[in-house]
Order: sequence, then C-alpha cells, then structure tokens
Amino acid sequence: MRKTLKPGSEKAGAIKERQKEFTTTSGVLVEPFYTSEHLRNFSYERDLSDPGSYPYTRGIHRTMYRGKLWTMRQFSGFGSPEDTNQRLHYLLKQGQTGLSIAFDLPTLMGYDSDHPLAEGEVGKCGVAVSSLADMETLLAGLPLERVSTSMTINSPAAMIWAMYLVAAEKSGTNWKHISGTIQNDILKEYIAQKEYIFPPAPSMRLVVDSITFSARETPRWNPISISGYHIREAGSTAVQELAFTLRDGIEYVEWVRRAGVDVDEFAPRLSFFFNSHNDLFEEIAKFRAARKVWARVMRERFGAKDPRSWLCRFHTQTAGCSLTAQQPYNNVVRTAIQALAGVLGGTQSLHTNSLDEAWALPTEHAATLALRTQQVIAYESGVANVADPLGGSYFLEKLTLDTERACFEYFDRIDAMGGMVAAIEKGFPQKEIHDAAYAYQQAVEHKEKIIVGVNDFVAEEDRPVDILVIDEAIAARQRQKLVELKKKRDNARVRQTLDALGGAATTHRNLMPYILECVRAYATLGEMCDVLRRVFGTYEEPAFR
Amino acid sequence: MTEIDRRIRVIVAKPGLDGHDRGAKIVARALRDAGMEVIYTGLRQTPEQIASAAVQEDVDVVGISILSGAHNTIIPRICQLLREGGMQDVLVVVGGIIPDEDIPRLKEAGVSAVFQPGTSTQEIVDFIRNNVRQLA
Repeated sequence: MRKTLKPGSEKAGAIKERQKEFTTTSGVLVEPFYTSEHLRNFSYERDLSDPGSYPYTRGIHRTMYRGKLWTMRQFSGFGSPEDTNQRLHYLLKQGQTGLSIAFDLPTLMGYDSDHPLAEGEVGKCGVAVSSLADMETLLAGLPLERVSTSMTINSPAAMIWAMYLVAAEKSGTNWKHISGTIQNDILKEYIAQKEYIFPPAPSMRLVVDSITFSARETPRWNPISISGYHIREAGSTAVQELAFTLRDGIEYVEWVRRAGVDVDEFAPRLSFFFNSHNDLFEEIAKFRAARKVWARVMRERFGAKDPRSWLCRFHTQTAGCSLTAQQPYNNVVRTAIQALAGVLGGTQSLHTNSLDEAWALPTEHAATLALRTQQVIAYESGVANVADPLGGSYFLEKLTLDTERACFEYFDRIDAMGGMVAAIEKGFPQKEIHDAAYAYQQAVEHKEKIIVGVNDFVAEEDRPVDILVIDEAIAARQRQKLVELKKKRDNARVRQTLDALGGAATTHRNLMPYILECVRAYATLGEMCDVLRRVFGTYEEPAFR
Repeated sequence: MTEIDRRIRVIVAKPGLDGHDRGAKIVARALRDAGMEVIYTGLRQTPEQIASAAVQEDVDVVGISILSGAHNTIIPRICQLLREGGMQDVLVVVGGIIPDEDIPRLKEAGVSAVFQPGTSTQEIVDFIRNNVRQLA
C-alpha cells in the first residue's frame, strides 16, 4: 500500500478510519484509494482489449447493450402448470423478454407428483411437471419461436428438455429455431445444490449426451448453464464461485471432447450462470474476470479456433442468500444494487429477486417490482448506453486482475487433485464453501459484517408482507391428472420405450433419442428416472463430520 | 463433570427433498463448538428415519432444518413419531423458511422453537442450553 502522501494533503494518521480494515463481502482487503501504481505492467491489449475483442474482459459484444439489452428473464414457477403458465404470460405482458421456469422439488429430484416422497412438496418450490401433458399445459400459448426459455433442471434435465422439445414439435415449432437453456450442470449439484440422483459418472454421461445431441439438433439452444449461483448461495467467496464454476466448465469440455466431439462443435453453446451479491465492485470484477479467464482457457488450454468458443456468455441472478426476512422492503434496495452490478458487469440475461423471497415464492406484485427494477436500470440510469462504463477504474482493474489470478490458482490446485470430479470425491470444493460460509456467519455474529435490519438498525415492529401460499389441493389435482394420463395412454408403448431406454443406458449410445421416444409415449418423469435409477444406481454424499 | 455439563446430544436433521444444507451444517458446527455432541443426518431423510435415529442415538434435542415449504406436513409427522418412540421429553427445534402464521400450529405439534432467517447461532445454543430437559 502506498504510504507517501502528496504535499499539502492531510498528515498521515490525522483521520482515524471507522474500522481496523475494510474488506469486500468475501473478505478481500481493499485499500483507501487506488492509482496507476496498482496497475504497473498493465496492458490494455493483453488485459482488457475493446468490448467484443479477445480476451473480452470488457464484454462479449462490441456494442453491448447499445445493440441489444440483456434479456430480462424472471425465474418463475409455483403450484400447477396452469398457475405457472398464467404467471409466465403475465410477466411477458409486463415486459420481460425471456422465460425461466422453476420446478418443484419432486420434479427436480425425478419424482412424479404422486410419489410418496412428494407429499407436502408438490408445487411448493416451483411448478410440478410429471409428464409431457404437464409440459404442454405449462407452455400453452407461449411464443416459443420468438422467446427463449430457460429451465432450471439438473439431474432429470434430459427428460424435462425432451418434454419441452416434444411439446414444441407438437405445436409445429422447428427445433432448429427454438432458443433456450437447460441448466443441466450436475457437478455443482454435488458441490452445492445437492439435487443429485445418480452417481457422477452416469450423470456426466447424461450431460455429454445432451450437449452432443444439442450440437446436432438444436443449434440455438444452450444445453448447459454452468453455474456459480448456487455455489455462492451455499456460502462461497466470489473467487470460489468463479473458480469452481469455470473449473466445472473445463471438466465438461474435457468430458465432451473425450466423447469424440471437436471443441468448436459444442463450445459456442456452453453458457454460464453467476450470482450477483452485495459488494458492487467485487461482483463487477468477478464478471469481467470470468470472461477473461474463460477466453484464455478456451484458446490456450483447449486450442479452440472459433471465436464463439471463447465467449463466456452468462445469465445472472441477484443473491437470494442476501435477502432478509426482517424489513423485507430493504430487499428491493439490495436487489437493485446487485442488478446494477450485473449490468455494469456485462451480463447477457438477468433475474432480479423479489422482496418477499426470504419468506416464500414471489407474489405477482413483488415479481412485478423486481422486473421494474431492471427496466429502471435499463431505461433511466444511463449505464446501458456505454459498454463497460467502469473500465479503466484503477480499483476495478486491480480487482479484476487479482480475481483472475486467484481463479487460476484454484485451477492449479484442482488440476493437481486430478480434476473436478476427483476434487468433489475428496470433498474439496464442499469444504472450501462450508468454511467460507462459517467464517461469514461468525463475522456477522461479531458485527464485523453488518446486515441492515438483522444485526443493526433492527426494527421494534416489522411490517409484514403478504406472502404467496400454495394451495394444498394442487397436489391432489396433479395426482388425479396422472391417474387419467395412465388410463388414456398406450401403456404397452410406454413399457416398450422404457425398456429400450433401460437397454440403451447400459451401452454408450446417446440416450436423448430414447428419452424422446418415452416422452412421446407419455411416460412420466418418475418412470423414466426409475429406469435410470435401476441402471445407474443412486448417489449418497459422504457424511459431514 | 457436573450434571449440567454432561454433553447435550443433538441430532440435526434434513427431512424431505430439500437439499439446502448451508444452515444445517453451520448450526451443527456451532453446536459442536459449544460443546454439544452433534449427529448430522445428511439429506433427504424421511420422518421415520429421523425419529428412528433420534431414538437410537438417545438425543436430547432434535433440530430440524427445512426450507422447502413442506414443513406443515413433515414436522408434525416427525413429532408424532418421536412421541411414539418414547421421546416425549426431547426438545424439538426447527430452522428454515417458516412463515409466521405456521408457527402456532408447529408449536402445537410439539416444536419448542422456530428459528427463522437471521437467527444467530448463539441464540440457538442459548435456547438449547436453557430449555433442554434435566439431563440424566
């Protein structure tokens, strides 16, 4: 840190600072101010370059939001497919420009709404989808040729994607034209979100199958959204979020290449998903470093030749874990700042959380305000009119460089362990995340980190907000739909397609065509997953000590 | 060791399909740091598995972590199974996403405290120490 002060400035030590030291949300030390001295050996060409030029630190497009605003894509889903269809139509009418679907826990875990383990869970965390029929209801009337759809689904992603594809097919929509994303990032499930079904190797096989299928059949679709959001929600630092996400990306590229696909055939459609947390500059630096690191990895480590393979295209969601149950209206402010970080960081797509989400799924009113937050930033704040407007800030450029370096250090450590699957088996990322989460909790409890309304500025009486309550009767209606479905469909055909899927699962054949056949016959999600459970087995994580 | 210092035994449980374990693991670690013996069940335990483990481990406290919205179904079932297993005196505490209006019903079912978001680990430690039944 520079100690010399210019003549005429305050004497060193004359002003006492509020704290002993100042750190970012992740605990990174920040200095009183930054100058060009912090950026010795900095090269615009090497470290930045223009927006749209390698290594893309400043953005993946030359024009950025002057050409096209980020997609306003609100994650939505609750109750029955009818309920969610209504909310999707409503949000499109309010000006959102992309669709994003949240599924309930039974669906996420590959269980139908009538499974014993689904009791109490149907429609609570997202929409219940057990079959193609549910998917058709969910998507009814939506302009799939014009609007892109993101689906947050992981272990059963191939099955849910197949339902989307068949629903599109049946409504006359060409697969070559449909645009969207399936999250399909199983590695981060073992690391953070824990919605795994099968063990790592067969799970990776499903991911590879869907990526290779997509490269051939759905050129405008992103078959994976390699995610850091959940890693951050589990308590990681910003650097860990970045490093584990991109190292997961490296792992996926290696696995798909091993399956015989050339990197430039599939890499352009890999996409990413990051968190946007409280610390404005730490987050912007993280997004910029993400682009630079991924560009370097794709070009240097994998030798990708197509410039589209070098691009870290990403969606951002504001940090759910930062929302407070106390004084919920403060969350509107948090979300606005976090959304601003995402925009200043050059995200391609953005979801803003609702003020009530520490309590429940968003009400229509809260979801609307969250969308308006993006619209105010886009149309009123001016930040969308210039690409990478904070580029050149001494502080930001230093943080970006430091984040990049720390990220590569984690790559070295994970490479030395034998890769990400090996690191997961050793429990490495999980432990890093837990330790970071624990350290943060300690900092909050010792008031080293202030959370407004929680450990300071606490209200004597809190104004309650109306929250969304999921009707328990939905579960019964969903179960009844399954009864009727199983009466109407050709059960012999279902059996045939499920058997074919089970057989193919024991070979190296791509499973997507088999899953599609099951879906066309109206086999349910649970039926397909049960076949694969029998072939692949199920996964239990090692005990936490 | 005095009677009061005999280590409090706690089971921290994740019932239902919910896989969010950040809080449960932090609480488990904080309770261990506070000198308690903690068994963490791992994810996706059924009420039967949780109650059976609680009985087997002869715990003083059952801590349930649930964020999925399934608490009104799952928690009363756990409490009922604990009673059926002879664990009437066990202290049952809950953490997670629980709306205010559901708390009275959970307390009627046998829950002693519901720790909503923003609760400190120290609060949880203190509550357990002050409310656990007299240790044998």
